Amino acid sequence: MARVVVDVMLKPEILDPQGQAVQRALPRLGFDGITDVRQGKRFELEVEGPVDGDALARVRELAETFLANTVIEDFTVRVVEADGVERAVSGTQAPTEGATA
Amino acid sequence: MTTRIGVVTFPGSLDDSDARRAIRIAGGEPVALWHRDKDLHQVDAVVLPGGFSYGDYLRCGAIARFSPVMQTVIEQAKAGMPVLGICNGFQVLCESHLLPGALTRNDHLHFVCRDQRLRVENAGTAWTSDYESGQEITVPLKNGEGGYVADERTLDALEAEGRVVFRYLDVNPNGSRRDIAGITNEAGNVVGLMPHPEHAVEALTGPTTDGLGFFTSAVKKLVAS
Repeated sequence: MARVVVDVMLKPEILDPQGQAVQRALPRLGFDGITDVRQGKRFELEVEGPVDGDALARVRELAETFLANTVIEDFTVRVVEADGVERAVSGTQAPTEGATA
Repeated sequence: MTTRIGVVTFPGSLDDSDARRAIRIAGGEPVALWHRDKDLHQVDAVVLPGGFSYGDYLRCGAIARFSPVMQTVIEQAKAGMPVLGICNGFQVLCESHLLPGALTRNDHLHFVCRDQRLRVENAGTAWTSDYESGQEITVPLKNGEGGYVADERTLDALEAEGRVVFRYLDVNPNGSRRDIAGITNEAGNVVGLMPHPEHAVEALTGPTTDGLGFFTSAVKKLVAS
């Protein structure tokens, strides 16, 4: 079993009024210095069997056709190994370097 | 022969019965269609009604798009069958890629419910032929995620090809780009809009009867063809 994480974010050019509302609330709560907030979605998929190229291609397809609306959203796909190590795989955004959890 | 116009009911649809009533008042025969049934029961046109299909989970219209009935609706729409998407139905049409762009959360974050003045920009579609180009109508509008967005190239193309069918007048109620309230596909058989013409078909219950023209347009077109 491995976990594949799909993060979905509005494209930078799409207005995010929810993120703006969160950002505007911060000074009131005493959190200064946050200049921008963007809100997105995170999907954690538990994948049966090995997460090989085929499995990842299927996850990518499901992210592209269903989890994200690529007209307005970007997505990234990451694999989280059993030891907690993350591996960036693909997406519509440039994947970030495999950070450790 | 009466024109048969199907109205799809998804789990969470709200305005399906009003849409059926509007079709009946316009002289058509409303046919209830069920989201799990691929069979369109020989209808001549389809209305995707307002509401919150599948609870609006994931994104508005995203799950409805993959329902069995939509597979047939998408196929038939591409073959020229008139399809009207109202509010949630418009969101389903965008998610289905039958119409370009997407609907996003209102820029002011509030749910909006008002009688909305619109200008009919294109009276040449299957659902607007009973209007005149430039005609102003007032119908209810009620949505939380009605902000129409598309990239600049798509917006320019929609304008150039006359595919902006309705524009908001007086106020832009949800942050829609270029005040766009409704659009059509290249062929003019698929129309989607956020406002609700089906709530404005008789004096007793609507602010006007301005919405009736959508349904009489489709009935007349289908009788003539």
